[in-house]
Amino acid sequence: MAHEEVKLFGMWSSPFVRIVEVALKIKGVQYEYIEEDLQNKSSQLLKYNPIHKKVPVLLHNGKPIAESLVIVEYIDETWKDNPILPQDSFERAQARFWAKFIVVKWLLSLWKACRCVENEREKAMEEASENLKILENELKDKGFLGGETIGLVEIAAKIIAYWVGVIQEVAGVEIMSRQKFPVLFKWIDELFSCNVVNESLPPKDKLAARFRSLLGSR
Amino acid sequence: MDNSLTPLVLKRLLVPTLLHLGFRKTLTMADEVVLLDFWPSPFGMRVRIALAEKGIKYEYKEEDLRNKSPLLLKMNPVHKQIPVLIHNGKPVNESLIAVQYIDEVWKDKSPILPSDPYQRALARFWADYIDKKIYVSGKKVWQTKGEEQEEAKKEFIGHLKMLEGELGDKAFFGGECFGFVDVALVPFYSWFYAYETCGSFSIEAECPKLMAWVKRCMQRDSVAKSLPDQHKVYDFVLQLKKKFGIE
Repeated sequence: MAHEEVKLFGMWSSPFVRIVEVALKIKGVQYEYIEEDLQNKSSQLLKYNPIHKKVPVLLHNGKPIAESLVIVEYIDETWKDNPILPQDSFERAQARFWAKFIVVKWLLSLWKACRCVENEREKAMEEASENLKILENELKDKGFLGGETIGLVEIAAKIIAYWVGVIQEVAGVEIMSRQKFPVLFKWIDELFSCNVVNESLPPKDKLAARFRSLLGSR
Repeated sequence: MDNSLTPLVLKRLLVPTLLHLGFRKTLTMADEVVLLDFWPSPFGMRVRIALAEKGIKYEYKEEDLRNKSPLLLKMNPVHKQIPVLIHNGKPVNESLIAVQYIDEVWKDKSPILPSDPYQRALARFWADYIDKKIYVSGKKVWQTKGEEQEEAKKEFIGHLKMLEGELGDKAFFGGECFGFVDVALVPFYSWFYAYETCGSFSIEAECPKLMAWVKRCMQRDSVAKSLPDQHKVYDFVLQLKKKFGIE
């Protein structure tokens, strides 16, 4: 195979970057990781993602791709070993749905609930709780989200669950608790304890410190 | 075989058997496709266009969003939203996911996504941009007034100009052929008259190349038949404004 140049622009505390990294590692793709300082974005990042100016951005042989879920699909289609998305069309549609739900609703609603001001907090917490109930019910019904084979949904869930745990601890709220969502917790625990995912997770105390400063600055 | 027996065999055995097999084959090969939708929804329109592009026969079911059907609540318990594509009893939710599903299942005709992975990534990126920016900013245009509306108009036009820039001199977003990004964006054309009238501005004046693209899309049957009349949408928006007390 011709020499491939793969670069990943990321930021250590971004769960979306971690999802992309895990996808690359599962596929055995050699890549160069470039840490971005989001307070002082590099000219390269601004060149390769002028629309959103965010990480992650994947650069493959000079061609940039942005948005984590778009990048993961690209990785899955380009490097065909160890598929991350199900082969069956219906299961693939389910995986896309749940991956988006996990990344957009689960994480963001919890982050919002921890960040917002007092009078909006109750509503935000209720919304976050509703989203968790949806996950819990789907798991109770089917035993899994998305397809029956391990892939994107499981990777995203494991990473997001880790982030949510740290955010909750720092914010001193417990929206996602083992008592309220036993099926969800059990599922997360049982998710393949693949070294690839665990190696990508930043140390808890470092992440907690980051969120402490983010939450504290409000 | 004896000549006199052959017609009898044909009548009594072969023909019914063949008919039965043929009928069974038709049954197992027929797809049951249902679309739960709401006529002014640009997201629903995307799925209508995709189904029409592929020539798929389906049953359209109009939902009253103030009184959602048990079928909708069963098929999309998570968001309780349309559109929902139901294929042989199994639901696919979210318009862009449904369009990709349609493209993958009925892959032998009129491809919607390009075949090259990088082009596909670009298509998905821009469809995601449209999802994040156009509906929300457009909504703000008709829901607000005064200073707030001026801001909303600026933002909305800004996003359209971004898309116009991405289109460039191409016939469609993907190049020569009508595709995923076109499907994602063109439904919003049915809301242009409403946005323009509520906001007192002209999209044609701001984004002439985009309007030329709209006209090219509207020449396609699949698009023309899937989009409602702009004036009907405007009437609907007026009703919504009245309902929410927005003057």
